Amino acid sequence: MKKQITLTVNGVKRELFVSPNELLLNVLRDQLGLTGAKYGCGIGECGSCTVLLDGEPSLACLTLAIAVDGSEVTTIEGLQSRDGKLHPLQDSFLEHGAVQCGFCTPGMILTGKVLLDENPRPTEEEIRAYIRGNLCRCTGYTQIVQAIQDASVKGKA
Amino acid sequence: MTRGSVENFESPAKGLKIIGKPIPRHDAWEKALGLTAYAADFSLPGMLHGKVLRSQYPSAKILSIDTSKADRLSGVRAVITAKDVPRNESVTRFGQTHTVGGGFEGLYRVLADKKVHYLGEAVALVAAETEEIAKKTLELIQVEYEPLPGVFDPIEAMKPDAPPVQEGRPNIITHYEVVKGDVEQGFADAEVIVENTYRVPFVDHAYLEPESGVGWIDESGVITIRVSTQVIEHFRGVADVLNLPHNRVRVMGTYVGGGFGGKEDITVEAFLALLTFKTGRPVKLTYTREESILSHSKRHPYVMSYKTGAKKDGRLTALKAQLVSDAGAYVYLSPWVLLYSMVDAAGPYRIPHVKVDGYTVLTNNTFTSANRGFGAPQVCFAYESQMDELAAQTGLAPHHVRMINYLEKGEALATGQVLDHHVGLKEATEKVLDALREGSPAAGKMKTGKGIASGMTSYGRMVFLHDTSRSHVSIEMDGSVTIRAGVQDIGGGQASSLCQITAEVLGVPLEDIKIYIADTALTPLAGTTTATRQLYMSGNATLIAAREVRKVLIKKAGEILGIDPVKLDLADREVIDKEGTGKGLSLKEVVRACASDGLPLYHVALFKAPFRNVAQFERIEGQVFPDFTFGTHGAQVAIDEETGQIHVLKLISSFDVGRAINRLSVEGQIEGGAIYAMGYALTEEVVLDKGVTRTPSFSEYLLPTSMDVPELTTLLIESGDGVGPFGAKGVGEPSVCSVAPAIANAVYDAIGVRIYDLPLTPEKIVKALKKVKDR
Ligand code: FES
Ligand code: FES
Repeated sequence: MKKQITLTVNGVKRELFVSPNELLLNVLRDQLGLTGAKYGCGIGECGSCTVLLDGEPSLACLTLAIAVDGSEVTTIEGLQSRDGKLHPLQDSFLEHGAVQCGFCTPGMILTGKVLLDENPRPTEEEIRAYIRGNLCRCTGYTQIVQAIQDASVKGKA
Repeated sequence: MTRGSVENFESPAKGLKIIGKPIPRHDAWEKALGLTAYAADFSLPGMLHGKVLRSQYPSAKILSIDTSKADRLSGVRAVITAKDVPRNESVTRFGQTHTVGGGFEGLYRVLADKKVHYLGEAVALVAAETEEIAKKTLELIQVEYEPLPGVFDPIEAMKPDAPPVQEGRPNIITHYEVVKGDVEQGFADAEVIVENTYRVPFVDHAYLEPESGVGWIDESGVITIRVSTQVIEHFRGVADVLNLPHNRVRVMGTYVGGGFGGKEDITVEAFLALLTFKTGRPVKLTYTREESILSHSKRHPYVMSYKTGAKKDGRLTALKAQLVSDAGAYVYLSPWVLLYSMVDAAGPYRIPHVKVDGYTVLTNNTFTSANRGFGAPQVCFAYESQMDELAAQTGLAPHHVRMINYLEKGEALATGQVLDHHVGLKEATEKVLDALREGSPAAGKMKTGKGIASGMTSYGRMVFLHDTSRSHVSIEMDGSVTIRAGVQDIGGGQASSLCQITAEVLGVPLEDIKIYIADTALTPLAGTTTATRQLYMSGNATLIAAREVRKVLIKKAGEILGIDPVKLDLADREVIDKEGTGKGLSLKEVVRACASDGLPLYHVALFKAPFRNVAQFERIEGQVFPDFTFGTHGAQVAIDEETGQIHVLKLISSFDVGRAINRLSVEGQIEGGAIYAMGYALTEEVVLDKGVTRTPSFSEYLLPTSMDVPELTTLLIESGDGVGPFGAKGVGEPSVCSVAPAIANAVYDAIGVRIYDLPLTPEKIVKALKKVKDR
């Protein structure tokens, strides 16, 4: 039996019909066409599916859509400002070459954004600890950590 | 930041405006915005969902397959087994442009028929209206198996009485040898000899994007497959499976969420083609992570016995090695990987007497094939551990033993291949030593140690394959530029570097360039994104194409301006007079004039690697590769002797990259490669227990996380003496080669014990330390 839920996705209210076992990841990707959140493992081990739920980084592959009825969801597609300008952290990822294959990038950027919201001047150690649930197979993380740190230093975030 | 902005940066190569600078890649914008449509991000109306039924046994007879229940489930649109595949068995050629035979062509079987040879082998395919129904369908297919004895150790599999893995062929696929001088004489000349056996494990590529694609039939009946792949040219193999003409299958490669060799072999393509052909509907198929780990290729495990001899002053006299690689249940690229290992087996050293024997052997393990480094990292672990053992035996410094033996330009490998380009090993090692000397991070009570290792890795394919690439560059009426090239971009900046090369030659900013890649129907074929060959091959093809377009533009501009074309240059969307007379024209005006005269405003270039033929493969001789990339890694570790935990504190990479086309990309490749290989050194192992995978998820198969990464230093050397565009060498695969032995050598330096098997787990350290104490 499908049930109606309401999610505010990237600032827009969406009424959705979902099955009780439907994952937020699939609802975002298949119903809303927001494919920025990725399937990397499906069992909470890689962070590719990270989205923000009421501002907190959450794994959409482990989240039942029905359980977050009424929440605010931010995906990577919602990070850019309305006039199309990149979020400072996105800028910083570009500048530091922190994007290679890009598959981890949406999750990394969203996780990094929350860190900077909570802690505008994190140390390198704090950054490493905060993003440890987000795997990246390409970069070796250093350019990612630098990108987050630089965005904080420049006070851009 | 605006697209294509170039920071104020002095390029080391004089006169170059865009080459050599650290520039955000053209594909990075969409990726950072979450807009890039990877294979699984694409859907079509009316699309079905595909799934694969896989073998539960590593070795078994298939007595029967009953699909009647599955067929009857509502919402099921196709159930396919081996009997439904028009051509279930064919020979894979992996984009060979020149057919070489010689055991290089592996059997490719789409679906298991009568027998399964490894756990996870595909047995049946289904397509259904929803993923749920597809999953349920798999449960309703009844396969009756009769388990058979298997063979899981390549050494066992070599024995004459071992059960044959593939009917009608011996388990030993290939035997090669490299012979130089008289190795027994070499050992007679030696004053010190070290002899050890090394083992390296199965490794997963663990790209974050699992295998995925969507297939459909276009309005003219062409089977079209949009897929995450390193090789769009599998379209031929797919057409063969369906018994269709090659031009009736089109493969479109997506931006790939990591490849590392694991998407070099065919993955979902033939499955999608079969399902879409049968149903007439679009079909999507994405592997689960577990399915990916169970069923796709792994890095080859090797057993390597090495005997190395030297004089007391460290000069090498002889090297003898035997390599045995586990090919798993199907041949795939195993003979090729072994061939790379053979060429590299003696390392980048001057050794008068060498004998190497190599075997690759079928077993009932998961099949093995390409993985970043392609046979180079395995032997590097062995030959570089041996070098440190020799240093310990002679009492010489490890770097000294290397320095006096490094090959130099003009000298030959044991195979006789003369190194006719720069060999930057001495500089690299000096840079690494300097960086290792600098203030070391404190390590408390732990024991610390330092180690280095050097390596060589080819870039470009084997010359007897007659490798070629093509690229199409055109300029539009407004002066914007389009590149069309069949390159697959797997995250290494493959497409982006072609944009940089073109921007440099045509004097336009990067944002004026648009590239279309990886479409077998519409982009000129550029070969595989493997073997660290794209910058070399397609970079050169693009350079030729852009230069041809430039020639036309400059000639026309010369006519209009009445200036000798040799005095003209293209820069900032203008044709300028290099002598500074101030005369010039906008690029747009020249393009219009050319168009009006009917001059070609495009060029398709063909670039050919050097072609050589090989008389026979048993003994490997002569030039096998176009060139090599050389480099050295340095590691500093701290070890907790109680727990055996190894902390890598520093990892230093130094490579002669020839020329850095994009500094950010080059450093990114080298850093990423260092950590990829740190996983190989410390934690990564696909554990197979009698053919059964015990590490099917990221909680058992441990990748490095952000917490594990040490201070990374990358020190580039730019000799300008590579065979790529602007003198570039390849770095994608070379970047992983010597990390594991550098770490193993640092461990030895710290605690005085050597581990001969990767990964260097805490258990192995504790056990080895205990053995020393008990002695
Ligand atoms: S897909 Fe959600 S954590 Fe991997
Ligand atoms: S950039 Fe490829 S996984 Fe992070």
